[in-house]
Amino acid sequence: MAILVFTEIADGAIKKSSLEAIYYGSQVAEKTGTSVTALAIGKADGAELAIAGNYGASKVLHANDTKLELPNSMAYAKVLVEAANTTGAKVIITAKSSLADAVTARAAGTLKAAVVGNVVELPDLSNGFKVKRSIFTGKAFADVNVKSDIKVLAIKKNAVNPVESSNSATVEAFTPALSDNLFTAKVTETVKATGTVSLPEADLVVSGGRGMKGPEHWQPLLDLADALGAATACSKPVSDLDWRPHHEHVGQTGVKVSPNLYIACGISGAIQHLAGVNSSKIIVVINKDADAPFFKAADYGIVGDVFDVLPKLTKAVKELK
Amino acid sequence: MKILVCISSVPDTTSKISFTDGDTKLNKAGVQYIIGPYDDYALARAVELKEKSGASITVLNVGEADAEPQIRKALAIGADDAIRVDADPVDSYFVAEQIATVAKEGNYDLILMGRETSDYNSGVVHGIVGEILGIPSFSPVMQLDIEGGVAKMTREIEGGKEKLEAPLPLVLGCQEPIAEWKIPNMRGIMTARTKPLKVIPASGEAFTSTDKYSLPPAKGACKMIAADEADKLIELLRKEAKVL
Ligand SMILES: Cc1cc2nc3c(=O)[nH]c(=O)nc-3n(C[C@H](O)[C@H](O)[C@H](O)COP(=O)(O)OP(=O)(O)OC[C@H]3O[C@@H](n4cnc5c(N)ncnc54)[C@H](O)[C@@H]3O)c2cc1C
Repeated sequence: MAILVFTEIADGAIKKSSLEAIYYGSQVAEKTGTSVTALAIGKADGAELAIAGNYGASKVLHANDTKLELPNSMAYAKVLVEAANTTGAKVIITAKSSLADAVTARAAGTLKAAVVGNVVELPDLSNGFKVKRSIFTGKAFADVNVKSDIKVLAIKKNAVNPVESSNSATVEAFTPALSDNLFTAKVTETVKATGTVSLPEADLVVSGGRGMKGPEHWQPLLDLADALGAATACSKPVSDLDWRPHHEHVGQTGVKVSPNLYIACGISGAIQHLAGVNSSKIIVVINKDADAPFFKAADYGIVGDVFDVLPKLTKAVKELK
Repeated sequence: MKILVCISSVPDTTSKISFTDGDTKLNKAGVQYIIGPYDDYALARAVELKEKSGASITVLNVGEADAEPQIRKALAIGADDAIRVDADPVDSYFVAEQIATVAKEGNYDLILMGRETSDYNSGVVHGIVGEILGIPSFSPVMQLDIEGGVAKMTREIEGGKEKLEAPLPLVLGCQEPIAEWKIPNMRGIMTARTKPLKVIPASGEAFTSTDKYSLPPAKGACKMIAADEADKLIELLRKEAKVL
């Protein structure tokens, strides 16, 4: 049951979520006596890729065709299918992300593989292949039997707690043929926030709702995020009103996050908002209304005005450092 | 232009989720079903494209008979006809296979659906459909216009967005703000009753089955900190919760 991990690269190095996926793969491999190959696509340094070994991969296949510089789910899926064929992989693992969803979906279409998303634990192999997945945006779990020959698992953040080793992985160039019909789409413009912490990957998140009153009042929240090294997020009305960019919108119809710490500032805690954040380890709520529903889902709460509380928190964080 | 809009029928987003039969089935009692919120965006944009430059819209649901009110609602919002593949939509590959089978027969220019369902949140059906049909798929699409057989789109990427163009046919997973959700009007509701809804059998078999459902453990009580002692929170987060 060889294992292949679809590994994403950001700024020349393997994404943290992908290292988690590799570690997950190594734990499955340990149960089944097989090994893990990581497939990395795009520009990266060999030494950075070898770090996959610390997380349990024995080999990294590196596809670095210049055609693959821009993420393209059709072409990436083709590379993934070729890698699955080459390695004879029966289990393909990825960290969940919008790129990974698109790539593994298409690969599954060719490989006739079941795709199980939001996996939260290692599989139970005692009787077939069973995994636990989060469903209804974190409101429940399902224990799922997977019966296809090849299986694709998209794991949720914190499904495993990686323990690093000093093992290194060998890095091999991987150069499957890519036909022109994989490149019919033309990207005409890319707008990407730089220098900020990526929200889906973040361990700490500071999030603002309509209680922040307007985009011109965001500075105290940004200051706290900055002091913590946290990513910023917002509620749906906030992105609907264009106070904050859409990719910061968390909830049922936005990004689903599972950080270690989620600080909600002036967010009421509507059920659709909670759906996107309820798998956070610790939730802090700051709201001037003591009856705000969010307090019921929180670990720590402060009843107060965000504009009074946020600077105090920022100051306390700075004093720590 | 021929548009196929795929809709899921899912519990309303405010539903309290619980299970019956020894935690092997979703408890449907008291649960209101709706068109998947993302699918609803896809449908709304299809209707706008139809109003702008003419198109026929077929709405497709892979589901059991209890999804028909949602299908009728989609017809009331502006779809012209409907197909229901009669099956329990248990896994992504299975659902995608049904959609691809219908799509092959109908020769659609554009296949739209939500970026993910709000019950299982996998976000892979559009990709699998695209691959089976051998046509490109994109998701999550936040803006869509069609000009001369080319789709001009804005797609969300991690930390931002990108504009891209691709020739039809395409499969797209949609999300806000591609369009505003539409509420059916009286005339729509009346005409929806007589619009054709074809029920066809499913083919193939599901790759997955669910043994058991469970709920997350209940949250403990929320520890309150006085606003004028807000700095104590940071101390607690560091020493007690150990997240800083
Ligand atoms: C199908 C569907 C999907 C949805 N999906 C999402 C989703 O993905 N994400 C999402 O967020 N929402 C979603 N919603 C919307 C959701 O129902 C709520 O309307 C929304 O989350 C409310 O946002 P909010 O908490 O920012 O605003 P409000 O509900 O207006 O809350 C503002 C809060 O700020 C507090 N406040 C005001 N001033 C201050 C101050 N000075 N200091 C401290 N506190 C203050 C108030 O007491 C209040 O609790 C969805 C709705 C539907 C119907």
